[in-house]
Amino acid sequence: MNAVTPVGAPRHPEHARLYRYDAIDRAFLQERIAEFRGQVQRRIDGALTEDEFKPLRLMNGLYLQLHAYMLRVAIPYGLLSSTQMRQLGMIARRWDRGFGHFTTRQNIQFNWTKLEDVCAMLEALADVDMHAIQTSGNCIRNVTTDEYAGAACDEVVDPRIYAEILRQWSTLHPEFTWLPRKFKIAVTGSPQDRVAAQVHDIGVLAKRDAGGAVGFEVWVGGGLGRTPLLGTKIRDWVPEADFLRFMEAVLRVYNALGQRENIYRARIKILVRDMGAEFAGAVEREFAAIPRDPYALDPAIVAAIAAHFAAPPFAALADEPATYVRARRENAEFAAWTRNALRPHRAPGYASVTISLKPIGGIPGDASADQMEALADLAERYSFGEIRVTHSQNLVLAHVRQEDLFTLWQALGPLGLATPNIGLVSDIIACPGMDYCALATARSIPVAQRISERFARLDRQLEIGELNLNISGCINACGHHHVGHIGILGVDKRGEEVYQITLGGNQGNDASIGELIGPAFSYDAVVDAVETLLRTYVDRRDPGERFVDTYRRLGAVPFREALYAPA
Amino acid sequence: MSSPAKLRPATAPVVFTGNFLSDGRVAWLAGDGTWSPRIAEARVFPAEAAARVPQDPRVVGPYAVEVDLAAGLPTPRRFRERLRVTGPSVVAEPALRLALAS
Repeated sequence: MNAVTPVGAPRHPEHARLYRYDAIDRAFLQERIAEFRGQVQRRIDGALTEDEFKPLRLMNGLYLQLHAYMLRVAIPYGLLSSTQMRQLGMIARRWDRGFGHFTTRQNIQFNWTKLEDVCAMLEALADVDMHAIQTSGNCIRNVTTDEYAGAACDEVVDPRIYAEILRQWSTLHPEFTWLPRKFKIAVTGSPQDRVAAQVHDIGVLAKRDAGGAVGFEVWVGGGLGRTPLLGTKIRDWVPEADFLRFMEAVLRVYNALGQRENIYRARIKILVRDMGAEFAGAVEREFAAIPRDPYALDPAIVAAIAAHFAAPPFAALADEPATYVRARRENAEFAAWTRNALRPHRAPGYASVTISLKPIGGIPGDASADQMEALADLAERYSFGEIRVTHSQNLVLAHVRQEDLFTLWQALGPLGLATPNIGLVSDIIACPGMDYCALATARSIPVAQRISERFARLDRQLEIGELNLNISGCINACGHHHVGHIGILGVDKRGEEVYQITLGGNQGNDASIGELIGPAFSYDAVVDAVETLLRTYVDRRDPGERFVDTYRRLGAVPFREALYAPA
Repeated sequence: MSSPAKLRPATAPVVFTGNFLSDGRVAWLAGDGTWSPRIAEARVFPAEAAARVPQDPRVVGPYAVEVDLAAGLPTPRRFRERLRVTGPSVVAEPALRLALAS
């Protein structure tokens, strides 16, 4: 064991709701950093080969990309205190190039990390109770959840509680540290799925029975990548006490039967598909064989974790205060922003604000150090010091007084954070693509930039309406193109980039996998192709239909004919 | 870093590349046997040398890259490798992006 120096607790805002580490958590992080520092030093000294070092660095979130190392930092279920956000800004400025990239796993990546700096970065993260453990490798990755948790009107169960329980259960789980492949879990506590549960290795829908008891619907075997598949529901109800026992059973079956010999067939989705109904049977047999009591979720532990996420002290307010109504009436730009950026809040007089990280022509998900620090200040002033990261690469201030919305919007504007495009065509999910990623076969970011510039005018975006346009730079599908209403996949064709288009994908309760529409388009032609698709949609849609609805009604033919019509 | 998958045997002159261990920057094997961050200093080998990848403890994951020669200077044939020469095709740094936008 390496000697470590005890560190004190960070000063999170009093009412920020996040799991607060104890002394044991902090001591563990210090030990882990000391261990990794030794590994890094042995690598630099030549005592470890790259083959020996690679799995060690990956388990600490450190990748080697095209131009530099990349450090992926875990943001448990996308939840940050303002103290943590400010520290991320500091890290971006001191050790990166002044920015970070928020990911579809609700994490953040620093793209210009140096090996010699990484332990200092991890120490800075540990100072605010953060780390990069299990952000890579064949282990259970960051559990994601609803960015509106604790605020959404339709929430039945607070998913943060169970996401945190899963985080604690899965962190360094000795049996599941070397799974056949990576493993991703999403948890939602609302009947409206906002976490893409059906395209996760496990999707958990927390709900209540008639008596109010908490239980879980469990979907298994969803995923994107080379073989996109929707998950299969294997249990309609797992009682709260059996939650971890059931999860343990699923992971054990996968760990035992997953196809380790072929990386392309190693995800649980392939196992579930190939086994069919027998997979659920195998899980049930394993579940029955696991002793109940040692794995039972103790209500006292659940209550203790739930206390971390108790509602902040909301003021007694009324909806639609006069100042807010007047500002909306008198300022068209503000009114336009409120139309897409706001979600109703369970507490009267409050709203949840989604902050776009998709400025026109910008890099989806990127935030500068200045923006991070300013957002930390705004979160403290307007949202109890809390910030959430969304899987669509935006940020959320979950609890903002409606009477503060105009002032908040005025503050966001000069920061480049008031783009009124949430849920519209320029709110694009895009992976880093070949501009950074060593696995990518084509660029994603400049395609996203060109599309957002083509549709920059807000009136045009509003005319098109709700649209999910997702872009991946390789078949691994980090940009979730399979579940975009319009999905774009960049591939390599004889050394040059071309882009395949899929249509009809969707996430949520009526999830679907997009269908390939036809031959790929060149880098230069792909934006025109998107425009053609959207023109066809606008011409052919029925009132109230989203793009995906029109596609489902009409099928691929009119879109294909429009795209591939002879000039 | 992962080198490009499924590489076929080289049919054109090659240079050798990898990433510096200490900071991950792109490295090119230079004429004097050292590794340089500048492809202009890279030594060009005949295609037959592609399989004889030099190893150096300061460089991670070396591999051969096919190049075209113009005025004696090597330019990678594959777009991916050209990006490794130039860096990201997008302006990543926010301050620079804002400056360009204004």
